[in-house]
Amino acid sequence: MNALDLRNNSLAYGNNKVVDSVSFSAGSGEFFMILGPNGAGKSSLLKLIAGIIKPQSGQIDILGKPKEKYSTRDLARVVALVAQQAPIDFPFTVVETVLMGRSPHLGLLGIESVKDYALAEEAMSFTGVAQFADRRLDQLSGGERQRVMIARAICQEPRIILLDEPTNALDPAHQLKIMDLMERFRQEKKTTVIMVSHDLNLAALYSDRLLLLKNGRVVVIGTPKEVFVPEFIEKSYGCEMLIEKSPVGDVPRVTLVPEKFKNTFKF
Amino acid sequence: MQNRIESRQIIPIKRKFPVLFSVLIVVFILSILTALVNGPSSISLGDFFSFFLDGDSTNATAQTILWKIRLPRVILAAAVGATLSLGGMVFQALLRNPLAEPYILGISGGSAVGAISGILLGVSFFPGVTFLSFLGSMLTLGAVLLLSGGSSSTGKDSLLLGGVMMNAFCGALIMFLISVSQGSKMQQIIYWLMGDLSMSSSSNLPLLLLCLPCFVVILVLARPLNIILTGRDSAIAMGVNVRLISTILLVTTSMMVSLAVCQSGLIGFVGLLIPHLLRMVFGADHRLLGPGCILAGGSFLVLCDLLARTLPQHGEMPVGIITALTGAPLFIFLLWRSRR
Repeated sequence: MNALDLRNNSLAYGNNKVVDSVSFSAGSGEFFMILGPNGAGKSSLLKLIAGIIKPQSGQIDILGKPKEKYSTRDLARVVALVAQQAPIDFPFTVVETVLMGRSPHLGLLGIESVKDYALAEEAMSFTGVAQFADRRLDQLSGGERQRVMIARAICQEPRIILLDEPTNALDPAHQLKIMDLMERFRQEKKTTVIMVSHDLNLAALYSDRLLLLKNGRVVVIGTPKEVFVPEFIEKSYGCEMLIEKSPVGDVPRVTLVPEKFKNTFKF
Repeated sequence: MQNRIESRQIIPIKRKFPVLFSVLIVVFILSILTALVNGPSSISLGDFFSFFLDGDSTNATAQTILWKIRLPRVILAAAVGATLSLGGMVFQALLRNPLAEPYILGISGGSAVGAISGILLGVSFFPGVTFLSFLGSMLTLGAVLLLSGGSSSTGKDSLLLGGVMMNAFCGALIMFLISVSQGSKMQQIIYWLMGDLSMSSSSNLPLLLLCLPCFVVILVLARPLNIILTGRDSAIAMGVNVRLISTILLVTTSMMVSLAVCQSGLIGFVGLLIPHLLRMVFGADHRLLGPGCILAGGSFLVLCDLLARTLPQHGEMPVGIITALTGAPLFIFLLWRSRR
C-alpha cells in the first residue's frame, strides 16, 4: 500500500492554474522531494496534501483511504506539516511548542500526560534541541528553530511528514543536519518524507525519488539519476546547468554555469 | 542524559500551575478583603470576621454597608477587571497586535454612543443606559465584522482597521453629543467615559453572570488558540479549525466585554496591562494566561476601585483615572526591566 496517492489534482486561483493535473505516489518510508522553479506550485501541492486547501478536482488517498474520509483530527494523526516559517511573535518555549504536536491525540481540554511528555522529550533529543527545552523560540537561531518545528511534527507521530523548504536560509552545516535528521527519521520510523526544496544538490543527495514541477505541471518523476538530465532540468528551470556524477557516491551533482564562464566552458 | 530526563518528568504546565495559582489566589483574596474593610466608614478586620463567622448583628449599619454596598461593588470590580483582562488577552492574540485592548473592535465607541444617548434621554442607569450601551456595542461589532467580510481568520488587518475606524466615527458622535449636553449630564457622561464603578447597583449584578459561560469558552479554546499562534497553516494541519475557533473567540470575547462595559463605562488600561504583565512572567501559554488574567485582572481593579473610593476627601473619582495612573508607570517599569 502506498502512503500517498495523488490522482489528477488541480487547483486554480481565478484563471491561474497553480497545480495542473498532478498525479504521483509515494511509498511507505520513501524520501520524496518536490522541486521546481519559483511559482511552479510546489508549496500549493504540499498544502493540498496537508488539507489546508482543497483541490478543485482530483483525488488524494492517504494510507490507501480517500482523504475526505478522514476528519481533520484523524488526518492530523497521520500527516504532519512543517511550514516554511513559524511566527515567533508569541514566544512559546521549545517544550511547549513540541508538546503541541500531541494535540491531535488529546481530548478537548487535553492536558498532556507523562507519556506525551516522554514523546516530546524523545523528539527533542532526536532533533538535538533537548538542551534548549525551556528556552523561548525567539532566543534560538533559525536552524535551531527549524529543528524545534521538526521535533513538533515528529511528536505528532505521523505516518507522513511534509516539509516546506526546511533548509531555506540555513547555513550548510544546519542544512546537512536537518537533511540527515530526516533521513534517519525515515529509516528508523518508516515514515514517508515529502519535502519541497529549492536545493537541487540536496535533492540529488537525499531523495529516493523526486518530482519536477513547472507551471503546476509534472515535468518528470523518478530517481535523481532519471530526473537530473539536462533536458528536464533546463526545461523546468530555464537555465543551463552542468550535471555530472558526484564524487561522494552514485548520485548526480549539479553546478550552475555563470555567464562569465559560458565562453570558456564547453558542455 | 537519562538523569536529566527523569528530573524533568513534570510537565511544564503542571509545574507552573501550582506556583502561579497559589500566588494569584492569595493576592485575589487579600485584595477583596482589603477592599471590603476599607472605606469612608471603617470596619475593622475583627468586625468583619465577627459578622462573617458569628452572625453578630450588633452593628447593623456597618453590616448594611458591608453587604449591601461594599460587597456588590467589590464583586462588580472583580468581574469587570477579570473580563477586561481576559478580553485583552484574546484580542492581543487573535489580532497578533500587542496594542490590542478589549475595546478595539468598535466596542468602546459603540457602547459610549449608546450610554451617552441614554444619559441624555434621561433614562435610568439600569436597565436604560446599560441596555443602550450594550446595544451600541453590538451594533458596531456587527458593522465591523460585516465590513471585514465576516471572517475573522483571513482579514485580521481589515478587522483591526474596521474597529479603529468605527471607534473614530463614534468618537465624533460622542463629541457632538457632549457639545449639546448640559451641566449635570455632562459630568455623568465624562465619568462614564473615564470608567466609573459607582453608577451600577447590586440589582444589575446578575447580568455579570452571563460573563461566566464566556470565561469557560475562552479557557477551553486556549489550547487551539496556542496552536493558531504558531502559524495558521500548521494549525490547520494539526486539526484545528482556525476559522471557526477564531470566530467563536472573537464573538464571545466581544459579548463578554460589552456586558462589562455597559455597567462600568470605559475603564482603560486593565485589558492592556494585565495580559502583558502576565506574559512577561509566565510566557505565552494561554492555558495559563487565561485563568491568570481572570485572577490578576480582578485583583487589580478591586484595588484600583478601593483607591478611587477612598483617596478623594469628598465623593469618589472615576476608577479609570486610577487604572491609568498606576497602570502606565507599572507597565513602563516592567518594559524597562525586560529590555535590560
